[in-house]
Amino acid sequence: MILQFGILFAFLAAGELVVWLTGIPVPSSIIGMILLTVSLKAGLVKPAKIERLADFLVRNLGFFFVPAGVGLMNCLGIIADQWLPIVGASVGSTVVIIAVTGWTHRLVRKSVSRKKIVKQELQKA
Amino acid sequence: MNFVNNEIFLIAVTFISFIGAQWLQRRFCIKLLNPILVSIIVVILFLRTSGVSYETYSAGGRYIDFWLKPAVVALGLPLYRQLSSIKKQLLPLLLSEVAGCVAGIVSVVVLARLFGASHEIVMSLAPKAVTTPIAMEISATVGGIPALTAAVVVCTGIFGGMAGFRIVKLSHIKSPIAQGLSIGTAAHAVGTSAAMERGERYGAFSSLGLTINGLLTALLAPFILGLIGA
Repeated sequence: MILQFGILFAFLAAGELVVWLTGIPVPSSIIGMILLTVSLKAGLVKPAKIERLADFLVRNLGFFFVPAGVGLMNCLGIIADQWLPIVGASVGSTVVIIAVTGWTHRLVRKSVSRKKIVKQELQKA
Repeated sequence: MNFVNNEIFLIAVTFISFIGAQWLQRRFCIKLLNPILVSIIVVILFLRTSGVSYETYSAGGRYIDFWLKPAVVALGLPLYRQLSSIKKQLLPLLLSEVAGCVAGIVSVVVLARLFGASHEIVMSLAPKAVTTPIAMEISATVGGIPALTAAVVVCTGIFGGMAGFRIVKLSHIKSPIAQGLSIGTAAHAVGTSAAMERGERYGAFSSLGLTINGLLTALLAPFILGLIGA
């Protein structure tokens, strides 16, 4: 288990290093995640070496957000003043994002597969 | 000094609230009793009634916060497990992420203005779809209130996690890949944990959505906001 912690934190530290070196405005954890995926793919890390801890953390991701959410109590004044735009815009925009992302995905997939079919037909002819 | 200010005690309160909320949801099978939402409310009520400030709570809370970072790194594992299907549809994935990112920023700004939000609020809401650290950073850059952004981000995530699968159904988005991707794009890691519950394939594409949208939003948000004159 200590090894699993060690590996995950090594990737997080690598993410921190990249951010420190380049100054890019991206969180170290996202860089660490990309580095981990790449290293798993390259075979530098075996999935079994991190599986237990990684699966545990991913399954309980929601819990780690509770303290940030409690921060709401410091913004109650602003939220009470402008609750309609805040709630309305957040809910509305969340629906828009889900629909637009999903529809674009379907649209592009369809046109890509149509092109493939056309190509195959052309090759046959 | 009052014992309720003890940071270890405040960590215990957070655990107990969450476990209680999980039990409540299982016991009554009501989706609305989202454990994250319920435990946030319970903790706030507790702090209010016992007169503990958020700053004091944070002294304990940050030890829980801390695990967000390694947990996001851990999302690399489900992502790795789905790499072959990601490679197969690189173009659809990228294009839908760009569309989702732009639609998200534009729609939240337009809606917030329509509802009469002040400039500061509009800027705080603009990056609300992406994970907290990125969103707070953008909020500060474009002139929003980072603390408000953090709260809105968590609430958006909870909403996306609770209602996401209903919204994809209503929008006739059928493929598990598109469903997971959309939810992760709109509701970052909280949405992803809901997607994980439905299955690892949904969860993996949800984490892909949160990653790409996080990167795109960090890169594009200031530019898009400038373009639409916000």
